Amino acid sequence: MLKISKQKTTLPGFHLSLGVTIFYLGLIVLIPLSMLFIKTSALGPGEIWKVIASPRTLAAYRLTFMTSLIAGLVNVVFGFLIAWVLARYSFPGKKVVDALVDLPFALPTAVAGITLASLYSQNGWVGKYLYQWGIQSAYSPLGITIALIFIGLPFVVRTVEPVIQELDAELEDAAASLGANRTQTFIKVIFPNLIPSLITGFTLSFARALGEYGSVIFISGNMPKKTEIVPLLIMTKLEQYDYAGATAIAVVMLLASFTLLALTNFLQKLSLNRIGMN
Amino acid sequence: MSIKVDKVTKTFGQFKALDEVSLDINTGELIALLGPSGSGKTTLLRIIAGLETAEAGEILFHGEDTKETKVKDRNVGFVFQHYALFRHMTVFENIAFGLRVKPKHLRPTDAQIKERVHELLRLVQLDWVANRYPAQLSGGQRQRIALARALAIEPRVLLLDEPFGSLDAQVRKELRQWLRRFHDDLHITTLFVTHDQEEALEVADKIVVMNKGKIEQVGSPQDVYHNPASVFVLNFLGNVNIFHARIEEEQGAAGKPRRMYVRPHQLTVSRFSLSADSVKAAITFINPAGSMVKIDAKSRQGEIFQVEVSQEEHAQLKLAKNDEVFLTPKKITYCEYDI
Amino acid sequence: MSTRTEPVWMRRLLIGAALTFLMLFLFLPLSAVFLNGLGKGIAVYFQALTEPNALAAIRLTVVTALIAVPLNLLFGIAASWAIAKFDFWGKDLLITLIDLPLSVSPVISGLIYILLFGAQGPFAPWLMEHGIKIIFAPPAIILATIFVTFPIVARELIPVMKAQGNDEEEAAMTLGASGFQTFWRVTLPNIKWGLLYGVILSNARAMGEFGAVSVVSGHIRGQTNTLPLHIEILYNEYNFTAAFAAASLLAMLAIVTLVLKSIIEFKYRAELRAAVKTENHK
Repeated sequence: MLKISKQKTTLPGFHLSLGVTIFYLGLIVLIPLSMLFIKTSALGPGEIWKVIASPRTLAAYRLTFMTSLIAGLVNVVFGFLIAWVLARYSFPGKKVVDALVDLPFALPTAVAGITLASLYSQNGWVGKYLYQWGIQSAYSPLGITIALIFIGLPFVVRTVEPVIQELDAELEDAAASLGANRTQTFIKVIFPNLIPSLITGFTLSFARALGEYGSVIFISGNMPKKTEIVPLLIMTKLEQYDYAGATAIAVVMLLASFTLLALTNFLQKLSLNRIGMN
Repeated sequence: MSIKVDKVTKTFGQFKALDEVSLDINTGELIALLGPSGSGKTTLLRIIAGLETAEAGEILFHGEDTKETKVKDRNVGFVFQHYALFRHMTVFENIAFGLRVKPKHLRPTDAQIKERVHELLRLVQLDWVANRYPAQLSGGQRQRIALARALAIEPRVLLLDEPFGSLDAQVRKELRQWLRRFHDDLHITTLFVTHDQEEALEVADKIVVMNKGKIEQVGSPQDVYHNPASVFVLNFLGNVNIFHARIEEEQGAAGKPRRMYVRPHQLTVSRFSLSADSVKAAITFINPAGSMVKIDAKSRQGEIFQVEVSQEEHAQLKLAKNDEVFLTPKKITYCEYDI
Repeated sequence: MSTRTEPVWMRRLLIGAALTFLMLFLFLPLSAVFLNGLGKGIAVYFQALTEPNALAAIRLTVVTALIAVPLNLLFGIAASWAIAKFDFWGKDLLITLIDLPLSVSPVISGLIYILLFGAQGPFAPWLMEHGIKIIFAPPAIILATIFVTFPIVARELIPVMKAQGNDEEEAAMTLGASGFQTFWRVTLPNIKWGLLYGVILSNARAMGEFGAVSVVSGHIRGQTNTLPLHIEILYNEYNFTAAFAAASLLAMLAIVTLVLKSIIEFKYRAELRAAVKTENHK
């Protein structure tokens, strides 16, 4: 699979380091992951279809996809806002805020899960106000979306922020010198340059949300066909020792998220090409 | 130490960096590898050092094949284009590095290392920067520390990759002369890579002109400047005016169209025709800044000539733009080859 | 007014909106962990943390991280050395494969080890015969943790090593240093902040991993429960105070991680800048 075609330097350790890398990659990642496909191919299409096309599985796919999509979109809007504020403005406590943005990366998902569940449930600090308005913020698709927003936010901020920082300031000066006002400059000059990073940020956030488990299960309520996400469904099947069913569901989800990643990669390349940054 | 490069070939994908290059270097010579970027000069230097491997051909040190000798055992002093000083070490530790990594039974004591490092620092006239970090040094200082570091291992040959490439014009001039004197004192076989013909002409004993992975000419600075072996060498070593001439009588080649060239300073400017070779031309541009006055002149046939005259001549002739003058070659060289 | 910024009212509005959002979604949950944990007083809090099952969970979490992080560190160094210092065919594919675990759901990360080592897996008879238990035991927990933290160190190191180029290593070689000496004396000091950054992020993820570990653990109290799994059990038993007390430990780990991360980022940027500066010296 890997072949040495050219070696630019005679630095030592190439074969050793590549050997270790491939060995460890094979052992930890490739062999275990291939089990998923071996197992699936043993099932046969009829059996796979039976699992996947069941109303419960379809409902779980739909729910996971929709909540991830909405959370991704919310994160694009607010992630962009936060990235902009962090990159462009200075205000007291900015350093703390900047560090806090990474909290969802650092906070274990189980901790996030139980905390969000307690905050947004009927008696929670936030939930009690929302419930008064008739908004069911826990044990509902909305609750799932809230957890997914939490988990995906830093992906957008951390992807977009450096791009805003590296924007050529002369572009804005040039636009202004040509008579554009600030809004026109933003819409016509700044924003188009940020689109590729926004797409990347969205994809990362969306992909993470599709597979998310720990932060969601506490707030979701886990009602089959209503608030049961795909990872939970896989978990349930496993607990019933239905390995075949779990595998079938997992393979479809894995392929879907890979396709999605490939598609957005392609879209991103396209938009990068358009603004000549590739 | 003498070095023999024998039919060395190196390709990067489709690109032929070196194409059966052969070269002999004698002990104690100071050699410039001169050529434009992409000519293969740095690749050749890196192959001699063992930092890259050739696909074909041999490098012989003192008649011995080096194929099986690893970089660390070649005992070559290499000075990198951007110096490659270890940025987390002080100047002292940088220079001491080569001594500290020697096998235990060959490693000098701390006291010996200290003495040797300070000796080298004095040699490069930077004894006072021992405790600084590379980031705190100027470009010229880094260059000299990199040289001291390379010399610490008492190399058999010194290889320098664009040694003055990253320096300001002023520092560059100083270091060039310094390297020349330095080599005269130590007499260590030295190869340096450069794309600057002036630098090569000024510093080297011998110049190796390279182009597109091949050696165009090897010779003394006078040789390559006055007797270029190819059009490439001719053009690369300074400006040149090319004449289209028809030889009327000489040596039986009569009637055959020939080309000849004259360097800008080999043209005399006068108000009157001096000989049958004089060409009438109108001055289109004068730049009196610098040691020589640079003049562009256009003949009636539309050929543009580049001329250099001394400041005195310029003052004497009172030249101005659009003046009609005569250009007479002091020395004409006919091309032995097709241009 | 500068052409490069918005009017003051606009700036304030945007900052205000961003901070409100962060407050609601990040700061509030973080403080809720501690307030809920301490809700019934400090005595109850410490009691929840020192009961045997909690201690066992803490121990297993630490042991898991102590095995997973060093292994991934070694892998990360090897992978980044090969990828950053050399050119070879299939490099892009290799990078994609290394990143793979990041785009796999935690639940699937656990599932694949069940398929490999579980009762229906290819090794089941052999494992049974030799009395080796991997699934529903610490080995699977460790394996799943290695899987989910697999790319982190390598991803941090590759850009740093790339930016620093090969010059210093080559210089060391020409000065007579062996491969090991070159790595130890030249490469390692230049990448230390990047390395530490990767280790800290891996550690946080290793100690906090929930989904993948949950699948393979079997949830046996005092034996195969890590701290996150312990929290889940307590929470599902409506023992909220104890759950949040345990959660506060992990939240503290998260805060320490963020603080260290900020400090290292500062140093690390200098490291990267230094690399870029020497590279583009011209």
